[in-house]
Amino acid sequence: MRRTVLKSLAAVIAGATLSLPAYAQNKPVEVEFYYPVAVGGPITKIIDTMVSDFEKENAGIKIKPVYAGSYQDSIAKALTALKGGNPPQLAVLLSTDMFTLIDEDAIVPIDGLAKDEAGKQWLGGFYDAFMQNSRTGGHVWGVPFQRSTIVMYYNKTMFKEAGLDPEHPPATWQELVEFSKKLTKKDASGNVTQWGLEIPSGGSFAYWLFQALTTPNDAILMNDAGNQVMLDKPAVVEAAQFWRDLAAKHGVMPTGTIDWGTTPKDFLEKKAAIIWTTTGNLTNIRSNASFPFGVAMMPKQKRGGSPTGGGNFYVFKSATPAQQEAAVKFARWATAPERAADWSIATGYVAVTPAAWQTDKMKKYAQEVPAAAVARDQLDVSVAEFSTHENQRVTKVLNDALQAALTGAKTPQQALTDAQREADRVLRSYK
Amino acid sequence: MNRTLNAVYAWLLLLPAMVLLVAFTHYPALATLWHSFFSTPKGRRPAVFVGMENYQVMLQDPVFWRALINNLWFALGTVPVAVGIALLMALWVNRGLAGRGFLRLSYFTPTVLPMVAVANIWLFFYTPQYGLLAQILQWFGLTGPNWLGTRETALPALMMVSVWKEAGFFMIFYLAALQGVSPSLREAAMLEGASRWQYFRRVLWPLLMPTTLFVLINALINAFRLIDHVVVMTHGGPDNASTLLLFYIYQIGFSFWDTAYAATLTVVLLLVLGIIAAIKFRWLDKRTHYQ
Repeated sequence: MRRTVLKSLAAVIAGATLSLPAYAQNKPVEVEFYYPVAVGGPITKIIDTMVSDFEKENAGIKIKPVYAGSYQDSIAKALTALKGGNPPQLAVLLSTDMFTLIDEDAIVPIDGLAKDEAGKQWLGGFYDAFMQNSRTGGHVWGVPFQRSTIVMYYNKTMFKEAGLDPEHPPATWQELVEFSKKLTKKDASGNVTQWGLEIPSGGSFAYWLFQALTTPNDAILMNDAGNQVMLDKPAVVEAAQFWRDLAAKHGVMPTGTIDWGTTPKDFLEKKAAIIWTTTGNLTNIRSNASFPFGVAMMPKQKRGGSPTGGGNFYVFKSATPAQQEAAVKFARWATAPERAADWSIATGYVAVTPAAWQTDKMKKYAQEVPAAAVARDQLDVSVAEFSTHENQRVTKVLNDALQAALTGAKTPQQALTDAQREADRVLRSYK
Repeated sequence: MNRTLNAVYAWLLLLPAMVLLVAFTHYPALATLWHSFFSTPKGRRPAVFVGMENYQVMLQDPVFWRALINNLWFALGTVPVAVGIALLMALWVNRGLAGRGFLRLSYFTPTVLPMVAVANIWLFFYTPQYGLLAQILQWFGLTGPNWLGTRETALPALMMVSVWKEAGFFMIFYLAALQGVSPSLREAAMLEGASRWQYFRRVLWPLLMPTTLFVLINALINAFRLIDHVVVMTHGGPDNASTLLLFYIYQIGFSFWDTAYAATLTVVLLLVLGIIAAIKFRWLDKRTHYQ
């Protein structure tokens, strides 16, 4: 009922606008563009500069960037706007929101808009590890933009103090435990003053960090169609048990959950020697760390590996053909090698195409900041980020289970068995 | 003027307020109830009538029960404390001491700060190792727990913030009430040889009853309306230990887009708030002495 009222209201307004054809023809194509901010740094300023550069080169197109909050806020805003009949035409949203956006009939496949040879080439130019979260049902739905992966940051000074080689970060789970034990410091009364390791588990990213433990343990958490999860497999339970043991058994990590946002802060405050967080924090940590630090890949267990993460460009279905064309044009412009390199250097996100890494500025940057190349090299062993139909709900089920295991409310086995049952229930209608 | 004309006139006078009330209170409430009997419309699948199914799902939803129980604890833990502290602070700043204006201001400051700012400040207080609380505890050689990351402390930590914020606000009401009490009552009591405690217990407290009632109801409603702190500080975690009802509704509605189920939960919230209001009007009001 309310929707009908809103729709008819929107129709009246749209009708009034369209009845001024002479006026409409002279107007440039306007594209509303929602984007989130998920890492430190002046992201809004960078985006604004990007948009104005694009508009200088493309006179007929007007991009209206709208800062929409965190990733969670952005998808909530975009879908609310969609249900209110006024969605944006272009948005950067989590790559894992793909199934949600398809189920809501909100977006169009990009490969349908970039059908020509150049377009095909463009879509084929991205790292395959990133494209794994862009494809389903034979279509490409999103274009990698601010993509990331989990890396390990470590404090070289603390490594030296603990008698460890600062050029040799932990490469296996065993080393991770050994090194972290040496890096954990206690004062006279037995209180920990410096933690060896912090893997964040609070907020909504617990599942993501968990994938940096399950992937090396050779476990994949979901299928490509996004309607089946494998949470109670032995390898998955092992990974959860290891995570729990880091605090409960080895005493190298704080007990309870660790907030996502305070992890980089703890690292900068010298309260944690090793942290796991997104490569998107690289620029932030580089400009604020008062000590030399290193960046390394996820330690191996049975294999190496990490999930990818971050946001894709999506083009909305309700946009006019002209708007969709303009939106794709902007996405192509923004992911062109030179721009992808600029964006990567300014933010710390991984440049999304091999071509971007071949540009002169990127080569120079990779030489100056070898840390930046770590994330790229890790792409070879990276897997898709956890993403299913009803994504937020299934993710919450997994996050809750992990937090229950980490706080000791349930055993890892119990928590993940419960999560599997609950996820099966949520996904039953998508099979 | 005849009676019909009089009635029309009265209704016309009421009309503007009624339109607003119906549009923004009654219609949404009824629409929510109506939507709770349907499934959630998705892209190409319209809503279908499902009767009581959403309510059955709710009764079996462990997170809903967790949120409801958390909320009851939250109300039980914050309301009496906040109101008690408000009364103490009001009695304190009502006296003629030096720097009274400054004291009143500082008690009231938490109330005027935006909720999200408050939550961020407290987020720092609770940070393990170098947060304010941890630093204070370190002077005594203690390590604080991981306040927001442990299931036992997450909800009490949120309650602290609420008490800190609400007490100053309720103090203003008590202060206003105290200033309305005639000084002759105090003089009379003193002449009769009443102690300070007796004066408070037998004279002041009964006179403050209407204010207490008002403040209690408001505090209770606020306890069920809280969401900002949860979003900023814990996101309902760990493992739903600090999930409150409104936060869960937000999550179901705007993260999961299960609008029908969110409507169902909202009906429960409305019911809770309705019961609180009914208690006030039907029961407590009759037992309260108004001047």
